Amino acid sequence: MRTDAHAHEVPVLEAHDLVKHFVARKSLIGRPLATVKAVDGVSLAVRSGETVALVGESGCGKSTLGRMILRLVDPTSGRIVIGGEDVTHARERDLKGLRRAAQIIFQDPFASLNPRMTVGEILAEPLMLHAIVPASERPARVAALLEQVGLDPRHAARFPHEFSGGQRQRIVIARALAVEPKVIVCDEPVSALDVSIRAQILNLLEELQARLGLAYVFISHDLGVVRHIADRVCVMYLGRIVETGTTAEIFENPRHPYTRALLSAIPAPSPTARRERRLLEGDVPSPLSPPSGCHLRTRCPHVQDVCATTRPPLDPVGPTQASACLFAKDLPPAGDLTPREAPLDPRLEKLFAAFVGDDETAAARTAAQ
Amino acid sequence: MSAGTAPAPARVHPPEDETFVIESPGRRAWRRLRRRPAAMASLAVVLVIVACALLAPWIAPYDPTAQSWSAVRQAPSAAYWLGTDEVGRDVLSRVIWGARASLAAGVVSVLIAMAAGVPLGLLAGYVGGWTDAVLSRLTDAMLAIPFLILAIALAAFLGPNLTNAMIAIGVTATPIFIRLTRGQVLAARSEEWVEAARAVGNPHWRIALRHVLPNVLPPILVQATLTIATAVIAEASLSFLGLGQQPPMPSWGSMLNSAQRFLAQAPWMAIFPGMAIFLTVLAFNVLGDGLRDALDPRSK
Repeated sequence: MRTDAHAHEVPVLEAHDLVKHFVARKSLIGRPLATVKAVDGVSLAVRSGETVALVGESGCGKSTLGRMILRLVDPTSGRIVIGGEDVTHARERDLKGLRRAAQIIFQDPFASLNPRMTVGEILAEPLMLHAIVPASERPARVAALLEQVGLDPRHAARFPHEFSGGQRQRIVIARALAVEPKVIVCDEPVSALDVSIRAQILNLLEELQARLGLAYVFISHDLGVVRHIADRVCVMYLGRIVETGTTAEIFENPRHPYTRALLSAIPAPSPTARRERRLLEGDVPSPLSPPSGCHLRTRCPHVQDVCATTRPPLDPVGPTQASACLFAKDLPPAGDLTPREAPLDPRLEKLFAAFVGDDETAAARTAAQ
Repeated sequence: MSAGTAPAPARVHPPEDETFVIESPGRRAWRRLRRRPAAMASLAVVLVIVACALLAPWIAPYDPTAQSWSAVRQAPSAAYWLGTDEVGRDVLSRVIWGARASLAAGVVSVLIAMAAGVPLGLLAGYVGGWTDAVLSRLTDAMLAIPFLILAIALAAFLGPNLTNAMIAIGVTATPIFIRLTRGQVLAARSEEWVEAARAVGNPHWRIALRHVLPNVLPPILVQATLTIATAVIAEASLSFLGLGQQPPMPSWGSMLNSAQRFLAQAPWMAIFPGMAIFLTVLAFNVLGDGLRDALDPRSK
């Protein structure tokens, strides 16, 4: 497992007890009347070469957390340490160091590229801002960046609108790589792309990680993608991490009712797939007034009285797994939450075999001729 | 050099294609503008008018202020190509000399308005908060006063001459640009590429000038060409009231004003300065449209 290989290393990114409150309503004189706790005490550590996924439904605070790591959104409280340096209160000049160490890939490649700059200008800008190469070497470096993400360097003079979604996302990735960062926050990097393009971009991200030792904070609501790319997973619900563990732990043995519900909501890839369904009842409560104690208690099938009064801590339930459920150890076994292929009807099996066999026999026939 | 720069070995391109030129935005716009015949034609018209204004002493056939009582309100002829006015002055010479006042009034006042309005609008839209609140209320207050009334009041306050008229028109037109720029900046600011520019390490001033401004400029340019027309007419009104170009020196507006009493008897007195205004305004409009398209990478 990749995680074990990096276990001894110092994390390149640490977030300690990050909190972000957004003011939702103000009084006439500007006093806050209502606040949304978008992120409510989240801690995170990512080592180089590692991918940590943040999963959760829309509005759970995962994107806000990603933007806080880059100081695009200022945290209300907590600490951010990148490459051993505390950047929580870095001012404009010191932020430059952070911007070199951490970058972000946005969800929508049609929105995150300035329409009036050529690809060359877009990629040359970080090189210029951080004085990464002398001006005379910039075109060559831009070409190298484009090649690195699998684009033709001759396209540097083109504008973003001349590219497809997948190509644009490659440009966004190249821009993030320009400053030679240690950490990249990937905010739903493939959600806006065609399914056929997703695998290419994910493979590119994995390939770059292997080559450059990048750490990824991978924000996604697509559990299929997360299972494929992540080493560790943090499940978020209403601004808090409710469960964290290695990808295998989370997917094979989820120890929080919310994680279980999330996993059982993965769409089954075939009509014959069988699994247990554990859907939650009701809607996500308003983030303006989340339930007291455990945020999930209004929808949890295992709820008890104590859930309303105690905020469940993120307690270890395994060597690398932790769950913020007071009854994590008493929950019934998870069972098969993710879809499994059920055995097919024997007649169907025969039919499939006939089709598959057809190819082989055809190949055998051509070989014989 | 770190490993981050090693090009993928799988992709090989012919070496002559490895480098490219990072073309400056100005050069690119000019290259694209040249491909637009309408824009180039209007640019030519603008240049001819500018040349007229600059070379007036040498190309005008007569002194624009010389009166001739033997040639009052004469129709266009070989001697007076565009006719003469009510005191026998040559209309062609006055149109050529009038280009100075009218062009200055149109272009300089719009430049004043843009120079003040665009930065203030950018500031209000980008910074927001109290800065925006104060600037926006002031703008609204100015926009509440009719354009011409404010220009007349300012020109009267500053004193009657052409320079003050230009300043008055420019200041009066400033709120239009503040409001337009602010609105455009507000829309552009919430775009994800602004956040991306921040993430890459751009300071705020650079995002405002290098990223936001080029994206909000096209509608401002179109507004500018339209405002040139308004300004030329406003100068005419100020001249009529004695607050603009001082007689006997001509401006197209003041020529129109004196011509209106003789429309039936001497229509050439009105037609030619009117055509000059029309041509100038049209040329600036078409040029503005062409410039907007040339600056937009999405248009072909």
